[in-house]
Amino acid sequence: MPSAVRDLELDLDAFEGPFDLLLTLILKDQLEPAEIDIASIVVAFVEHLTARDRIDLDACGEFLVLIAALLEIKARQLFPEEDAELSELEPEEAAEELARRLAEYRRMKEAATWLRERLADGRERFFRLGPAPLAPRSERRLAPQDPVLLADALRGLAVPPPKVSLSHMALRFPPVAQFLERFRAVLRRRRVFDFDGEVAGLSRVEQAVAFLALLELRKSGEIALAQAAPFAPIRVSRDETERTHAWTVRSA
Amino acid sequence: MDRPLRLISADTIVGTPIDALARTVEALLVVASQPLTVDELVAATEDDPERVETALGLLRERYAEGRSGIVLERVSGGYAFRASREAAEACGRLFERPVERGLSQAALETLAIVAYMGPVSRPEIARVRGVAADSAVASLVERGLVAEAGRESGPGGAVRYRVTPLFERVFGLDTLAELPRLDDLGGETDAIRERLLAVAEARAS
Repeated sequence: MPSAVRDLELDLDAFEGPFDLLLTLILKDQLEPAEIDIASIVVAFVEHLTARDRIDLDACGEFLVLIAALLEIKARQLFPEEDAELSELEPEEAAEELARRLAEYRRMKEAATWLRERLADGRERFFRLGPAPLAPRSERRLAPQDPVLLADALRGLAVPPPKVSLSHMALRFPPVAQFLERFRAVLRRRRVFDFDGEVAGLSRVEQAVAFLALLELRKSGEIALAQAAPFAPIRVSRDETERTHAWTVRSA
Repeated sequence: MDRPLRLISADTIVGTPIDALARTVEALLVVASQPLTVDELVAATEDDPERVETALGLLRERYAEGRSGIVLERVSGGYAFRASREAAEACGRLFERPVERGLSQAALETLAIVAYMGPVSRPEIARVRGVAADSAVASLVERGLVAEAGRESGPGGAVRYRVTPLFERVFGLDTLAELPRLDDLGGETDAIRERLLAVAEARAS
């Protein structure tokens, strides 16, 4: 059925085409209702009506229903979180709030008018425009330098640096065997000796190697180790029992 | 004293005579495609700020409206040359002004909101105008009149916008403080309130 309302041709900022299509697009979420200037739709419809000889009451009714629905959709979308807030207001407060907003908007409209007039007045304002390739500004200014001094400084940099000695980095490990012999010799003289006393005066590395020798001797069953408490002196003794036992086994 | 008596003008006491400095400043302003601040001119000329101001004073006199085809004006916090009003018509025949051409009412209203209330986000603009501002803001950004200026605080805060130096230049403003006071614009809150209340009462009765 042809309808004066649905076929209404619109020419808005955000949309151009029949009213029918506009509604369809909004219902399908393909057009933001907030983008639509509803007042211009009303103006377009009124112009459409005046172009005719008689008033089409059906069309007016249909239009009212549609435009009211559109207004409601738009209003709800614009102030989604404010529904509750505003509905709690007394009518006078609501009017106050509305008046405040309208006044704010009116001021901005006036400001826009001022800008437009300024622009019209500035029709005479022509100036050079373009990207301004300003030279990068140096952050630090160096004091003027004597070229000879600079050359000397550069010459100093050109000399290859002396080789860094790494000799102190190498750890010298005395052979473990050296301490094996040493401890065996001590044990030949004495039945028991104190490890800490024996290695006192040696370097850390030598002490560590001496300790490894101690473990070697213990592993081979040549000595017995005793320590009263952690960090107490380590007592080293000839392991008589072990050896006797080994001899017994071997000779059996 | 065997030194010959000489007349020394104040201009020549420090460094180069002020005329030479004025010529240098003039050259810098001709080459520049955006307003130059006094600081920038001081850095470029390596001269004294007071002397640069004096040189600018000389140039403003020389390039006042009506005296030359070009006019030196104070705009957007700096100094820049523009064509004289006399020459504007001829300029219009040869040159386009894409920045301000065809600004719609929606764009102008949005521009006014950003200029007065900025930095301001799109939802805030929509709140004032009652219409979404997305396309208007996009067109203003494209023209270079409006630029992003951070985000609202909080996670996912909306992008805020402010007007650019180009805005000041297009509208011939030295600073945003030169915009007319909002109080002087459409301050008819009382009248609007009374009308609204009248309507409400009519409906209630």
